[in-house]
Amino acid sequence: MDAVLLVATVVKVTVIVLAMVSLVPILTWVERRGSGIIQLRLGPNRVGPFGLFQPLADGIKFFFKEDIVPPFVHRPTYVLAPGISLCAAILALAVLPLAGSFEVAGRTIPAAIADVDAGVLLLLAASGLGVYGILVAGWSSNNKYSLMGGLRSSSQMISYELGLSLAVISVLVFCGTLRPVEIVEKQAAGLWNVVFLPVGFLVLLVAGFAETNRLPFDLPEAESELVGGYHTEYSSMKFSMFFMAEYVNMIVSAALLVTLFLGGYSVPAFIRGPLGLTGNLLAAAELLSFALKVGFFLWFFVWVRWTLPRFRFDQLMGIGWKVLVPLGFLNIAWAAFLVAVLGVTP
Amino acid sequence: MIPLAALFPLAIALPRIAFWGLAAVAVLAALGVVLHRNPVVEALFLVVVLLAVAGIYALMHAWFLAVLQVIVYAGAIVVLVTFVIMLLNLGPEARGGPGVLTVVLGALLALGLAGLVGRAAAGFGPRAAGAAWNPQFGRVAAMGKALFGAWFWPFEVVSLALLAALVGAVVVAKRRLEE
Repeated sequence: MDAVLLVATVVKVTVIVLAMVSLVPILTWVERRGSGIIQLRLGPNRVGPFGLFQPLADGIKFFFKEDIVPPFVHRPTYVLAPGISLCAAILALAVLPLAGSFEVAGRTIPAAIADVDAGVLLLLAASGLGVYGILVAGWSSNNKYSLMGGLRSSSQMISYELGLSLAVISVLVFCGTLRPVEIVEKQAAGLWNVVFLPVGFLVLLVAGFAETNRLPFDLPEAESELVGGYHTEYSSMKFSMFFMAEYVNMIVSAALLVTLFLGGYSVPAFIRGPLGLTGNLLAAAELLSFALKVGFFLWFFVWVRWTLPRFRFDQLMGIGWKVLVPLGFLNIAWAAFLVAVLGVTP
Repeated sequence: MIPLAALFPLAIALPRIAFWGLAAVAVLAALGVVLHRNPVVEALFLVVVLLAVAGIYALMHAWFLAVLQVIVYAGAIVVLVTFVIMLLNLGPEARGGPGVLTVVLGALLALGLAGLVGRAAAGFGPRAAGAAWNPQFGRVAAMGKALFGAWFWPFEVVSLALLAALVGAVVVAKRRLEE
Protein backbone atom coordinates (compact mmCIF):
# COMPACT_ATOMS: atom_id res chain seq x y z
CA MET A 1 0.00 0.00 0.00
CA ASP A 2 1.55 3.32 -0.93
CA ALA A 3 0.98 6.73 0.61
CA VAL A 4 -1.20 8.22 -2.14
CA LEU A 5 -3.53 5.25 -1.98
CA LEU A 6 -3.70 5.55 1.81
CA VAL A 7 -4.65 9.24 1.66
CA ALA A 8 -7.15 8.60 -1.15
CA THR A 9 -8.77 5.80 0.85
CA VAL A 10 -9.05 7.90 3.99
CA VAL A 11 -10.63 10.73 1.98
CA LYS A 12 -13.04 8.35 0.24
CA VAL A 13 -14.11 6.73 3.49
CA THR A 14 -14.71 10.10 5.14
CA VAL A 15 -16.61 11.61 2.23
CA ILE A 16 -18.82 8.59 1.55
CA VAL A 17 -19.75 7.92 5.17
CA LEU A 18 -20.46 11.59 5.88
CA ALA A 19 -22.48 11.92 2.67
CA MET A 20 -24.58 8.86 3.47
CA VAL A 21 -25.16 9.83 7.09
CA SER A 22 -26.17 13.35 6.11
CA LEU A 23 -28.53 11.92 3.50
CA VAL A 24 -30.50 10.34 6.34
CA PRO A 25 -32.07 13.58 7.69
CA ILE A 26 -32.96 14.61 4.14
CA LEU A 27 -34.62 11.23 3.65
CA THR A 28 -36.67 11.62 6.81
CA TRP A 29 -37.87 14.97 5.48
CA VAL A 30 -38.76 13.40 2.12
CA GLU A 31 -40.53 10.59 3.95
CA ARG A 32 -42.65 12.91 6.09
CA ARG A 33 -43.47 15.42 3.39
CA GLY A 34 -44.09 12.58 0.93
CA SER A 35 -46.47 10.86 3.33
CA GLY A 36 -48.21 14.23 3.69
CA ILE A 37 -48.69 14.56 -0.05
CA ILE A 38 -49.86 10.97 -0.44
CA GLN A 39 -52.32 11.19 2.45
CA LEU A 40 -53.63 14.63 1.44
CA ARG A 41 -52.25 16.45 4.46
CA LEU A 42 -49.45 18.91 5.00
CA GLY A 43 -46.68 17.13 6.88
CA PRO A 44 -44.05 19.12 8.79
CA ASN A 45 -44.11 22.66 7.35
CA ARG A 46 -43.32 25.01 10.24
CA VAL A 47 -39.54 24.84 10.66
CA GLY A 48 -37.89 26.67 7.78
CA PRO A 49 -39.12 26.82 4.18
CA PHE A 50 -41.27 23.74 3.39
CA GLY A 51 -40.29 22.37 6.79
CA LEU A 52 -36.76 21.75 5.49
CA PHE A 53 -35.14 22.39 8.87
CA GLN A 54 -37.40 19.89 10.62
CA PRO A 55 -34.72 17.13 10.52
CA LEU A 56 -32.31 19.56 12.19
CA ALA A 57 -34.80 20.17 14.97
CA ASP A 58 -35.33 16.40 15.27
CA GLY A 59 -31.60 15.86 15.49
CA ILE A 60 -31.23 18.41 18.30
CA LYS A 61 -34.16 16.81 20.07
CA PHE A 62 -32.54 13.35 19.83
CA PHE A 63 -29.33 14.70 21.32
CA PHE A 64 -30.98 16.34 24.30
CA LYS A 65 -33.54 13.67 25.13
CA GLU A 66 -32.83 11.76 28.31
CA ASP A 67 -30.88 8.61 27.49
CA ILE A 68 -32.82 6.03 29.48
CA VAL A 69 -31.26 2.64 30.20
CA PRO A 70 -33.95 0.52 31.85
CA PRO A 71 -32.72 -1.19 35.05
CA PHE A 72 -33.24 -4.82 34.01
CA VAL A 73 -31.45 -4.80 30.65
CA HIS A 74 -28.23 -6.68 29.95
CA ARG A 75 -26.22 -3.50 29.87
CA PRO A 76 -23.12 -4.23 27.71
CA THR A 77 -25.08 -5.78 24.87
CA TYR A 78 -27.90 -3.26 25.22
CA VAL A 79 -25.43 -0.43 24.60
CA LEU A 80 -23.67 -2.32 21.82
CA ALA A 81 -26.73 -3.24 19.72
CA PRO A 82 -27.41 0.12 18.00
CA GLY A 83 -23.73 0.34 17.09
CA ILE A 84 -23.79 -3.11 15.49
CA SER A 85 -26.82 -2.12 13.40
CA LEU A 86 -25.31 1.13 12.18
CA CYS A 87 -21.83 -0.32 11.53
CA ALA A 88 -23.21 -3.23 9.51
CA ALA A 89 -25.28 -0.81 7.43
CA ILE A 90 -22.33 1.48 6.77
CA LEU A 91 -19.98 -1.45 6.02
CA ALA A 92 -21.96 -2.21 2.88
CA LEU A 93 -21.10 1.22 1.48
CA ALA A 94 -17.44 0.20 1.16
CA VAL A 95 -17.91 -1.69 -2.08
CA LEU A 96 -20.58 0.40 -3.82
CA PRO A 97 -19.15 2.09 -6.91
CA LEU A 98 -20.70 5.58 -6.93
CA ALA A 99 -18.90 6.50 -10.15
CA GLY A 100 -16.14 5.13 -12.38
CA SER A 101 -12.81 6.64 -11.43
CA PHE A 102 -11.50 10.11 -10.76
CA GLU A 103 -8.14 11.42 -11.93
CA VAL A 104 -6.17 13.10 -9.17
CA ALA A 105 -2.59 14.26 -9.66
CA GLY A 106 -2.17 12.10 -12.76
CA ARG A 107 -3.39 8.95 -11.01
CA THR A 108 -6.61 7.09 -11.55
CA ILE A 109 -8.48 6.67 -8.29
CA PRO A 110 -11.52 4.35 -8.35
CA ALA A 111 -14.54 5.94 -6.69
CA ALA A 112 -15.47 2.82 -4.69
CA ILE A 113 -13.61 2.55 -1.38
CA ALA A 114 -12.67 -1.08 -1.96
CA ASP A 115 -12.64 -2.60 -5.43
CA VAL A 116 -12.32 -6.25 -4.46
CA ASP A 117 -13.04 -9.38 -6.45
CA ALA A 118 -15.81 -10.48 -4.07
CA GLY A 119 -17.42 -7.03 -3.83
CA VAL A 120 -21.05 -8.01 -4.33
CA LEU A 121 -20.75 -10.75 -1.73
CA LEU A 122 -19.42 -8.25 0.81
CA LEU A 123 -22.78 -6.49 0.54
CA LEU A 124 -24.54 -9.74 1.42
CA ALA A 125 -22.14 -10.30 4.31
CA ALA A 126 -22.86 -6.82 5.68
CA SER A 127 -26.60 -7.36 5.54
CA GLY A 128 -26.09 -10.69 7.29
CA LEU A 129 -24.32 -8.94 10.15
CA GLY A 130 -27.12 -6.39 10.46
CA VAL A 131 -29.30 -9.16 11.89
CA TYR A 132 -27.16 -9.20 15.05
CA GLY A 133 -27.98 -5.60 15.92
CA ILE A 134 -31.69 -6.37 15.93
CA LEU A 135 -31.35 -9.76 17.61
CA VAL A 136 -29.12 -8.40 20.37
CA ALA A 137 -31.31 -5.34 20.90
CA GLY A 138 -34.39 -7.51 21.29
CA TRP A 139 -32.72 -9.92 23.68
CA SER A 140 -30.79 -7.46 25.83
CA SER A 141 -33.86 -5.25 26.42
CA ASN A 142 -35.27 -8.02 28.63
CA ASN A 143 -38.78 -7.25 27.47
CA LYS A 144 -41.25 -9.67 25.86
CA TYR A 145 -42.27 -7.27 23.09
CA SER A 146 -38.66 -6.46 22.27
CA LEU A 147 -37.65 -10.12 22.20
CA MET A 148 -40.58 -11.06 19.96
CA GLY A 149 -39.82 -8.10 17.71
CA GLY A 150 -36.17 -9.04 17.52
CA LEU A 151 -36.87 -12.70 16.75
CA ARG A 152 -39.50 -11.83 14.16
CA SER A 153 -37.29 -9.30 12.54
CA SER A 154 -34.27 -11.55 12.34
CA SER A 155 -36.29 -14.49 11.00
CA GLN A 156 -37.70 -12.14 8.38
CA MET A 157 -34.26 -10.89 7.40
CA ILE A 158 -32.80 -14.41 7.24
CA SER A 159 -35.72 -15.60 5.08
CA TYR A 160 -35.53 -12.72 2.64
CA GLU A 161 -31.75 -12.79 2.46
CA LEU A 162 -32.25 -16.07 0.61
CA GLY A 163 -34.37 -14.45 -2.10
CA LEU A 164 -31.98 -11.51 -2.23
CA SER A 165 -28.93 -13.75 -2.61
CA LEU A 166 -30.60 -15.80 -5.35
CA ALA A 167 -31.38 -12.63 -7.32
CA VAL A 168 -27.80 -11.43 -6.87
CA ILE A 169 -26.42 -14.82 -7.96
CA SER A 170 -28.38 -14.67 -11.23
CA VAL A 171 -26.57 -11.42 -12.07
CA LEU A 172 -23.22 -12.94 -11.14
CA VAL A 173 -23.91 -15.92 -13.41
CA PHE A 174 -25.03 -13.65 -16.23
CA CYS A 175 -22.11 -11.19 -15.99
CA GLY A 176 -19.49 -13.77 -15.04
CA THR A 177 -17.92 -11.52 -12.41
CA LEU A 178 -18.35 -10.56 -8.75
CA ARG A 179 -16.77 -7.16 -9.12
CA PRO A 180 -19.42 -4.38 -8.99
CA VAL A 181 -17.38 -2.13 -11.30
CA GLU A 182 -17.17 -4.84 -13.97
CA ILE A 183 -20.89 -5.56 -13.69
CA VAL A 184 -21.60 -1.89 -14.35
CA GLU A 185 -19.10 -1.67 -17.22
CA LYS A 186 -20.65 -4.72 -18.92
CA GLN A 187 -24.08 -3.14 -18.71
CA ALA A 188 -22.74 0.17 -20.00
CA ALA A 189 -21.31 -1.58 -23.06
CA GLY A 190 -24.55 -3.42 -23.86
CA LEU A 191 -28.03 -3.43 -22.38
CA TRP A 192 -29.03 -3.20 -18.73
CA ASN A 193 -29.41 -6.50 -16.88
CA VAL A 194 -33.07 -5.78 -16.14
CA VAL A 195 -33.82 -6.40 -19.85
CA PHE A 196 -32.45 -9.95 -19.62
CA LEU A 197 -33.37 -10.80 -16.04
CA PRO A 198 -36.65 -9.01 -15.25
CA VAL A 199 -37.70 -11.67 -12.71
CA GLY A 200 -34.45 -11.28 -10.80
CA PHE A 201 -35.04 -7.53 -10.66
CA LEU A 202 -38.50 -8.02 -9.17
CA VAL A 203 -37.24 -10.55 -6.62
CA LEU A 204 -34.48 -8.18 -5.51
CA LEU A 205 -36.93 -5.27 -5.31
CA VAL A 206 -39.35 -7.17 -3.07
CA ALA A 207 -36.56 -8.65 -0.94
CA GLY A 208 -35.11 -5.15 -0.59
CA PHE A 209 -38.29 -3.94 1.11
CA ALA A 210 -38.14 -6.83 3.55
CA GLU A 211 -34.43 -6.44 4.24
CA THR A 212 -34.93 -2.80 5.18
CA ASN A 213 -37.88 -3.74 7.42
CA ARG A 214 -40.15 -1.26 5.68
CA LEU A 215 -43.84 -1.41 4.90
CA PRO A 216 -45.43 -3.60 3.61
CA PHE A 217 -42.92 -5.80 5.47
CA ASP A 218 -42.43 -3.81 8.67
CA LEU A 219 -43.67 -6.60 10.94
CA PRO A 220 -40.75 -6.13 13.38
CA GLU A 221 -42.27 -2.88 14.53
CA ALA A 222 -45.94 -3.64 14.06
CA GLU A 223 -47.17 -1.11 16.63
CA SER A 224 -50.52 -2.75 17.22
CA GLU A 225 -48.91 -6.05 18.23
CA LEU A 226 -45.39 -5.35 19.40
CA VAL A 227 -45.36 -1.70 20.60
CA GLY A 228 -42.09 -0.65 18.93
CA GLY A 229 -40.58 -4.06 18.23
CA TYR A 230 -36.92 -4.59 18.98
CA HIS A 231 -36.24 -0.93 19.77
CA THR A 232 -39.10 -0.45 22.25
CA GLU A 233 -36.71 0.15 25.17
CA TYR A 234 -34.37 2.47 23.30
CA SER A 235 -34.47 6.23 23.51
CA SER A 236 -32.47 9.28 22.52
CA MET A 237 -29.43 8.77 20.24
CA LYS A 238 -29.50 4.99 20.69
CA PHE A 239 -32.94 4.90 19.07
CA SER A 240 -31.68 7.38 16.51
CA MET A 241 -28.87 5.00 15.53
CA PHE A 242 -31.38 2.24 14.71
CA PHE A 243 -33.32 4.81 12.76
CA MET A 244 -30.21 5.87 10.82
CA ALA A 245 -29.30 2.24 10.17
CA GLU A 246 -32.72 1.69 8.61
CA TYR A 247 -32.28 4.62 6.25
CA VAL A 248 -28.71 3.69 5.34
CA ASN A 249 -30.02 0.19 4.58
CA MET A 250 -32.60 1.78 2.31
CA ILE A 251 -29.84 3.61 0.43
CA VAL A 252 -27.80 0.39 0.14
CA SER A 253 -30.82 -1.56 -1.15
CA ALA A 254 -31.56 1.08 -3.76
CA ALA A 255 -27.89 1.26 -4.77
CA LEU A 256 -27.70 -2.54 -5.06
CA LEU A 257 -30.76 -2.59 -7.36
CA VAL A 258 -29.32 0.17 -9.52
CA THR A 259 -25.83 -1.34 -9.68
CA LEU A 260 -26.90 -4.88 -10.49
CA PHE A 261 -29.85 -4.30 -12.78
CA LEU A 262 -30.07 -0.70 -13.98
CA GLY A 263 -26.64 0.09 -15.31
CA GLY A 264 -25.23 1.47 -12.06
CA TYR A 265 -23.37 4.72 -12.49
CA SER A 266 -23.07 4.43 -16.28
CA VAL A 267 -24.04 7.42 -18.40
CA PRO A 268 -25.88 6.46 -21.62
CA ALA A 269 -23.82 6.87 -24.79
CA PHE A 270 -26.33 9.29 -26.34
CA ILE A 271 -25.63 11.74 -23.53
CA ARG A 272 -21.93 11.04 -23.06
CA GLY A 273 -21.13 11.25 -26.79
CA PRO A 274 -22.51 14.68 -27.82
CA LEU A 275 -21.32 16.38 -24.62
CA GLY A 276 -17.84 14.92 -25.04
CA LEU A 277 -17.55 13.93 -21.39
CA THR A 278 -14.18 12.53 -20.34
CA GLY A 279 -12.01 12.34 -17.25
CA ASN A 280 -13.29 13.99 -14.11
CA LEU A 281 -16.29 15.53 -15.93
CA LEU A 282 -17.42 12.06 -16.92
CA ALA A 283 -16.95 10.88 -13.33
CA ALA A 284 -19.12 13.77 -12.10
CA ALA A 285 -21.79 12.91 -14.68
CA GLU A 286 -21.64 9.28 -13.55
CA LEU A 287 -22.09 10.33 -9.94
CA LEU A 288 -25.16 12.35 -10.98
CA SER A 289 -26.54 9.42 -12.99
CA PHE A 290 -26.13 7.11 -9.99
CA ALA A 291 -27.67 9.64 -7.61
CA LEU A 292 -30.71 10.12 -9.87
CA LYS A 293 -31.36 6.40 -10.19
CA VAL A 294 -30.88 5.74 -6.47
CA GLY A 295 -33.01 8.80 -5.68
CA PHE A 296 -35.87 7.39 -7.71
CA PHE A 297 -35.85 4.13 -5.74
CA LEU A 298 -35.61 5.97 -2.43
CA TRP A 299 -38.75 7.84 -3.42
CA PHE A 300 -40.27 4.53 -4.51
CA PHE A 301 -39.65 3.09 -1.04
CA VAL A 302 -41.43 6.08 0.51
CA TRP A 303 -44.23 5.90 -2.04
CA VAL A 304 -44.93 2.23 -1.36
CA ARG A 305 -44.72 2.69 2.41
CA TRP A 306 -47.64 5.11 2.41
CA THR A 307 -49.66 3.24 -0.21
CA LEU A 308 -49.79 -0.42 0.88
CA PRO A 309 -51.05 -1.93 4.13
CA ARG A 310 -48.96 -4.31 6.27
CA PHE A 311 -48.82 -8.07 5.64
CA ARG A 312 -49.64 -10.62 8.31
CA PHE A 313 -46.57 -12.50 9.56
CA ASP A 314 -47.56 -15.84 8.02
CA GLN A 315 -48.27 -14.10 4.70
CA LEU A 316 -44.87 -12.49 4.87
CA MET A 317 -43.11 -15.81 5.46
CA GLY A 318 -45.25 -17.37 2.71
CA ILE A 319 -44.10 -14.79 0.17
CA GLY A 320 -40.50 -15.16 1.21
CA TRP A 321 -40.26 -18.93 1.07
CA LYS A 322 -42.97 -19.98 -1.39
CA VAL A 323 -42.75 -17.22 -3.97
CA LEU A 324 -39.39 -15.45 -3.89
CA VAL A 325 -37.19 -18.52 -3.39
CA PRO A 326 -38.68 -20.61 -6.24
CA LEU A 327 -38.71 -17.55 -8.51
CA GLY A 328 -35.10 -16.90 -7.57
CA PHE A 329 -34.09 -20.43 -8.52
CA LEU A 330 -36.02 -20.23 -11.80
CA ASN A 331 -34.29 -16.97 -12.52
CA ILE A 332 -30.85 -18.49 -11.95
CA ALA A 333 -31.78 -21.33 -14.33
CA TRP A 334 -32.89 -18.70 -16.86
CA ALA A 335 -29.61 -16.80 -16.49
CA ALA A 336 -27.64 -20.03 -16.97
CA PHE A 337 -29.79 -20.86 -20.02
CA LEU A 338 -29.10 -17.41 -21.49
CA VAL A 339 -25.34 -17.73 -21.00
CA ALA A 340 -24.76 -21.41 -21.74
CA VAL A 341 -27.37 -22.24 -24.41
CA LEU A 342 -28.25 -19.00 -26.17
CA GLY A 343 -24.81 -17.49 -25.67
CA VAL A 344 -26.27 -14.11 -24.68
CA THR A 345 -23.95 -11.82 -22.73
CA PRO A 346 -24.73 -8.35 -21.42
CA MET B 1 0.14 20.11 5.09
CA ILE B 2 1.93 16.83 5.80
CA PRO B 3 4.07 15.77 2.83
CA LEU B 4 2.93 12.47 1.37
CA ALA B 5 6.36 10.90 1.80
CA ALA B 6 6.05 11.30 5.57
CA LEU B 7 3.10 8.94 5.53
CA PHE B 8 5.05 6.20 3.78
CA PRO B 9 6.30 4.35 6.88
CA LEU B 10 2.76 4.44 8.27
CA ALA B 11 1.38 2.94 5.05
CA ILE B 12 3.96 0.16 5.27
CA ALA B 13 3.29 -0.50 8.96
CA LEU B 14 -0.51 -0.53 8.72
CA PRO B 15 -0.99 -4.15 7.58
CA ARG B 16 1.34 -5.34 10.36
CA ILE B 17 -0.52 -3.30 13.00
CA ALA B 18 -3.80 -4.62 11.62
CA PHE B 19 -2.59 -8.22 11.78
CA TRP B 20 -1.47 -8.07 15.41
CA GLY B 21 -4.60 -6.18 16.37
CA LEU B 22 -6.85 -8.73 14.69
CA ALA B 23 -4.90 -11.64 16.13
CA ALA B 24 -5.16 -10.21 19.64
CA VAL B 25 -8.89 -9.63 19.22
CA ALA B 26 -9.38 -13.19 17.94
CA VAL B 27 -7.55 -14.75 20.89
CA LEU B 28 -9.20 -12.55 23.53
CA ALA B 29 -12.66 -13.16 22.07
CA ALA B 30 -11.97 -16.90 21.94
CA LEU B 31 -11.19 -16.74 25.66
CA GLY B 32 -14.49 -14.90 26.06
CA VAL B 33 -16.34 -17.73 24.29
CA VAL B 34 -14.93 -20.25 26.74
CA LEU B 35 -14.95 -18.27 29.96
CA HIS B 36 -18.09 -16.14 29.86
CA ARG B 37 -21.14 -17.48 31.70
CA ASN B 38 -23.93 -16.09 29.54
CA PRO B 39 -24.69 -18.20 26.41
CA VAL B 40 -25.82 -15.23 24.30
CA VAL B 41 -22.69 -13.25 25.12
CA GLU B 42 -20.60 -16.34 24.32
CA ALA B 43 -22.28 -16.60 20.91
CA LEU B 44 -21.50 -12.92 20.28
CA PHE B 45 -17.86 -13.49 21.25
CA LEU B 46 -17.81 -16.31 18.71
CA VAL B 47 -18.96 -13.83 16.06
CA VAL B 48 -16.08 -11.53 17.03
CA VAL B 49 -13.61 -14.43 16.64
CA LEU B 50 -15.00 -15.24 13.19
CA LEU B 51 -14.87 -11.60 12.09
CA ALA B 52 -11.29 -11.19 13.30
CA VAL B 53 -10.20 -14.30 11.37
CA ALA B 54 -12.07 -12.98 8.32
CA GLY B 55 -10.10 -9.75 8.74
CA ILE B 56 -6.83 -11.72 8.68
CA TYR B 57 -7.96 -13.42 5.46
CA ALA B 58 -8.72 -10.00 4.00
CA LEU B 59 -5.21 -8.82 4.96
CA MET B 60 -3.89 -11.67 2.80
CA HIS B 61 -6.06 -10.28 -0.04
CA ALA B 62 -8.09 -13.49 0.14
CA TRP B 63 -11.27 -11.46 -0.21
CA PHE B 64 -13.48 -14.32 -1.24
CA LEU B 65 -12.45 -16.49 1.68
CA ALA B 66 -12.96 -13.56 4.08
CA VAL B 67 -16.42 -12.78 2.75
CA LEU B 68 -17.49 -16.42 2.76
CA GLN B 69 -16.33 -16.70 6.36
CA VAL B 70 -18.59 -13.78 7.28
CA ILE B 71 -21.60 -14.89 5.20
CA VAL B 72 -21.57 -18.56 6.13
CA TYR B 73 -20.30 -18.61 9.71
CA ALA B 74 -21.04 -15.18 11.18
CA GLY B 75 -24.07 -14.39 9.02
CA ALA B 76 -25.84 -17.76 8.99
CA ILE B 77 -24.65 -20.41 11.40
CA VAL B 78 -24.05 -18.31 14.51
CA VAL B 79 -27.27 -16.35 13.83
CA LEU B 80 -29.13 -19.64 14.08
CA VAL B 81 -27.23 -20.59 17.23
CA THR B 82 -28.05 -17.23 18.83
CA PHE B 83 -31.64 -17.58 17.70
CA VAL B 84 -32.04 -20.95 19.38
CA ILE B 85 -30.37 -19.77 22.59
CA MET B 86 -32.76 -16.81 22.72
CA LEU B 87 -35.82 -18.96 22.00
CA LEU B 88 -34.87 -21.37 24.78
CA ASN B 89 -34.22 -18.32 26.96
CA LEU B 90 -31.22 -19.92 28.65
CA GLY B 91 -30.00 -18.23 31.80
CA PRO B 92 -26.36 -17.89 32.79
CA GLU B 93 -24.51 -21.15 33.49
CA ALA B 94 -24.68 -22.41 37.04
CA ARG B 95 -21.53 -21.69 39.03
CA GLY B 96 -19.67 -24.48 40.75
CA GLY B 97 -16.38 -26.34 40.44
CA PRO B 98 -15.96 -29.04 37.79
CA GLY B 99 -15.81 -32.68 38.88
CA VAL B 100 -12.63 -34.77 38.97
CA LEU B 101 -13.50 -36.59 35.74
CA THR B 102 -14.07 -33.30 33.90
CA VAL B 103 -10.73 -31.92 35.06
CA VAL B 104 -8.78 -35.05 34.04
CA LEU B 105 -10.49 -35.43 30.66
CA GLY B 106 -10.23 -31.69 30.02
CA ALA B 107 -6.51 -31.66 30.82
CA LEU B 108 -5.88 -34.65 28.52
CA LEU B 109 -7.84 -33.06 25.66
CA ALA B 110 -6.09 -29.72 26.17
CA LEU B 111 -2.67 -31.42 26.08
CA GLY B 112 -3.56 -33.32 22.92
CA LEU B 113 -4.86 -30.18 21.22
CA ALA B 114 -1.82 -28.17 22.27
CA GLY B 115 0.43 -30.90 20.85
CA LEU B 116 -1.44 -30.87 17.53
CA VAL B 117 -1.38 -27.08 17.23
CA GLY B 118 2.29 -27.00 18.21
CA ARG B 119 3.18 -29.61 15.61
CA ALA B 120 1.25 -27.73 12.91
CA ALA B 121 2.79 -24.39 13.90
CA ALA B 122 6.33 -25.85 13.97
CA GLY B 123 5.69 -27.05 10.43
CA PHE B 124 4.88 -23.72 8.84
CA GLY B 125 6.72 -21.09 10.87
CA PRO B 126 9.95 -20.27 9.01
CA ARG B 127 9.04 -22.06 5.78
CA ALA B 128 6.10 -19.79 5.01
CA ALA B 129 8.33 -16.73 5.24
CA GLY B 130 10.68 -18.04 2.57
CA ALA B 131 8.19 -19.82 0.29
CA ALA B 132 6.62 -18.03 -2.65
CA TRP B 133 3.16 -16.70 -1.81
CA ASN B 134 0.40 -17.61 -4.21
CA PRO B 135 -1.37 -14.31 -5.02
CA GLN B 136 -4.48 -16.21 -6.08
CA PHE B 137 -4.92 -17.71 -2.60
CA GLY B 138 -8.53 -17.39 -1.45
CA ARG B 139 -9.65 -15.48 -4.55
CA VAL B 140 -12.89 -16.26 -6.39
CA ALA B 141 -11.36 -18.03 -9.38
CA ALA B 142 -8.92 -20.12 -7.33
CA MET B 143 -11.57 -21.15 -4.81
CA GLY B 144 -14.06 -21.99 -7.57
CA LYS B 145 -11.55 -24.14 -9.43
CA ALA B 146 -10.56 -25.95 -6.25
CA LEU B 147 -14.17 -26.61 -5.22
CA PHE B 148 -15.41 -27.76 -8.62
CA GLY B 149 -12.15 -29.38 -9.72
CA ALA B 150 -9.89 -31.23 -7.32
CA TRP B 151 -12.30 -31.22 -4.38
CA PHE B 152 -15.54 -31.78 -6.30
CA TRP B 153 -16.44 -35.21 -4.86
CA PRO B 154 -15.50 -34.51 -1.22
CA PHE B 155 -17.48 -31.26 -1.45
CA GLU B 156 -20.58 -33.00 -2.82
CA VAL B 157 -20.36 -35.77 -0.20
CA VAL B 158 -20.20 -33.18 2.58
CA SER B 159 -23.28 -31.43 1.15
CA LEU B 160 -25.12 -34.76 1.07
CA ALA B 161 -24.15 -35.45 4.68
CA LEU B 162 -25.51 -32.02 5.68
CA LEU B 163 -28.72 -32.69 3.76
CA ALA B 164 -29.12 -36.05 5.51
CA ALA B 165 -28.65 -34.37 8.88
CA LEU B 166 -31.28 -31.77 7.95
CA VAL B 167 -33.82 -34.39 6.86
CA GLY B 168 -33.09 -36.38 10.00
CA ALA B 169 -33.75 -33.35 12.18
CA VAL B 170 -37.10 -32.78 10.46
CA VAL B 171 -38.11 -36.42 10.90
CA VAL B 172 -37.21 -36.41 14.60
CA ALA B 173 -39.02 -33.12 15.20
CA LYS B 174 -42.10 -34.34 13.35
CA ARG B 175 -42.32 -37.60 15.27
CA ARG B 176 -42.22 -35.66 18.52
CA LEU B 177 -45.00 -33.36 17.25
CA GLU B 178 -47.24 -36.31 16.40
CA GLU B 179 -46.81 -37.91 19.81
